[in-house]
Amino acid sequence: MITDLSLLEAASALQRGEFSSRELTQSCLERIASLEPQLHAFLHIAQESALEQADAADKKLSEARRLGLPLSSLLGIPLAVKDVLAVEGCPCTCGSRILEGYVPPFTATAVKRLQEASMIIIGKTNTDEFAMGSSTENSAYGVTHNPWDKSRVPGGSSGGSASAVAARVIPAALGTDTGGSVRQPASFCGVTGLKPTYGRVSRYGLVAYGSSLDCCGVLARDAADAAAVFSVMQGRDPLDATTQDVPAIPVALNNGNDLRGVRIGIPKEYFIEGIQPEVEEKVRAAIAVLTSLGAQVVEVSLPHTKYALPVYYLIAPAEASANLARYDGIRYGPRIEGTHLWDVFSKTRGTKFGDEVTRRIMLGTYALSAGYYDAFYGQAQKVRTLIKRDFEQVFEQVDAVACPVAPTTAFPIGAHSDDPLAMYLEDVFTLPANLAGVPGLSFPVGFDANGLPVGMQLMGKPFREDILLQMAHTYQQVTDWHKQKPKL
Amino acid sequence: MEEVQHIAMLARLELTGEELEHYREQLSAILDHVASLQQLDTTSVPPMSAVFSGDSHLRVDKSRPPLPPEQILGNTPHKTEGQFKIPPVFEK
Repeated sequence: MITDLSLLEAASALQRGEFSSRELTQSCLERIASLEPQLHAFLHIAQESALEQADAADKKLSEARRLGLPLSSLLGIPLAVKDVLAVEGCPCTCGSRILEGYVPPFTATAVKRLQEASMIIIGKTNTDEFAMGSSTENSAYGVTHNPWDKSRVPGGSSGGSASAVAARVIPAALGTDTGGSVRQPASFCGVTGLKPTYGRVSRYGLVAYGSSLDCCGVLARDAADAAAVFSVMQGRDPLDATTQDVPAIPVALNNGNDLRGVRIGIPKEYFIEGIQPEVEEKVRAAIAVLTSLGAQVVEVSLPHTKYALPVYYLIAPAEASANLARYDGIRYGPRIEGTHLWDVFSKTRGTKFGDEVTRRIMLGTYALSAGYYDAFYGQAQKVRTLIKRDFEQVFEQVDAVACPVAPTTAFPIGAHSDDPLAMYLEDVFTLPANLAGVPGLSFPVGFDANGLPVGMQLMGKPFREDILLQMAHTYQQVTDWHKQKPKL
Repeated sequence: MEEVQHIAMLARLELTGEELEHYREQLSAILDHVASLQQLDTTSVPPMSAVFSGDSHLRVDKSRPPLPPEQILGNTPHKTEGQFKIPPVFEK
């Protein structure tokens, strides 16, 4: 099946003329149609426009062939986009009832750059409402299922993207990561997920949740595919003032199997009691593989790790409470009528926001309210400085740190639904990278006894995604966990 | 409970008594958890205000062509004469 090909494999086959972009796109659409009843990874499928884009890509391809022009490896390759990124003319709900029916009149910069490279936007993937959650159970439009075990969650919030990539319905998908929302679902579904450095990829057109934490990332079958997509998304954008002028990372990774000279830190705070024993075992085995390839391993300490969870659950809700103030039923989305303006605001918001979003708005409003600001938000911002300093100190000694992505493999649907704190604990190993702004990469390193994928996380120096991608790529040259696919 | 009601009012969320009680319980559990931050002495630590110094490349303050009004208004049925239509701002 051509949908089994990785992005780069499909790109070479496409450019050799083995099939057209229309055939590839059609195959993805057919596989989506046959698997959606089981997975529910998508909120919107842009069938017609995808085929039009594919025809345009095919035209470009034959034109370039005729003139002997070089081709982007992304040309004519289908892509799914998490439903928190705006694509002009394509519904964007953020998994929320409050944006039901909203069609953005503009396109997110990250998506636009991929469209300019002639990628085919095939549809929008399911997400926890406004990206708040770790399981996609908070989507107002129903949960996405994990293709490895459909009674389990795919992780979240980019669960639709992870499920779709794992199920081989799409070669790659965009996700977003505010506290682990690319890396944790990548881990739960056995795919490779990159959260870039904060400021590396534009947030323009990414519906804001926690603006100082939000990152647009990519989920793909392997590190080489993730690098191909990421290298086009990266870079300064005048429409996002926090994007940085830094050297771009290269598109292509080195196919050698030599990691000599690379120093990896093992942070002891990430190997704690309560972590599923098989997760630790597989991560340690993967570190041994990296060592066998020549990498040097040292134990390091990130002493403020245990404070990341409380810091995050003050800062992210505080930013969310401000960002989500715009949803008021006036300019877009449904409106619940009321006697006066405030009444419309309160009724619309009270009715249309889901439980987790309401909880975070309440928590954030509290943390920012008069009399509590210094004790909660102010203190959290100071501790955030300490967490960032931990990373700065560690990256003076090592090129990357290696640790688990999440304490467990994918959990059953409904397992944490009555206990928000237990759900928040799923993010304990991924939150620190967002707070410090550093890049993180998740990739598959084995399976537990239930046949569920285990992921390993690498975190790196700011703007050195290339080191992380290269390490994972080298690992993937000598292992085949990333090639395993679920039986569907 | 009064406090939870006050927060809901500040956030413009109309919630039922049952919902308020549900959030009161959960918020108090979460606030107990985040209270661990108070153990840290941060008197000499500056709050993190930007992820990377050198943040904020402000673009030149020059106007760009705006989206056409019909596109801006395209996402709501509540409009009149090229404007959004809203109920009275003050209670009657």
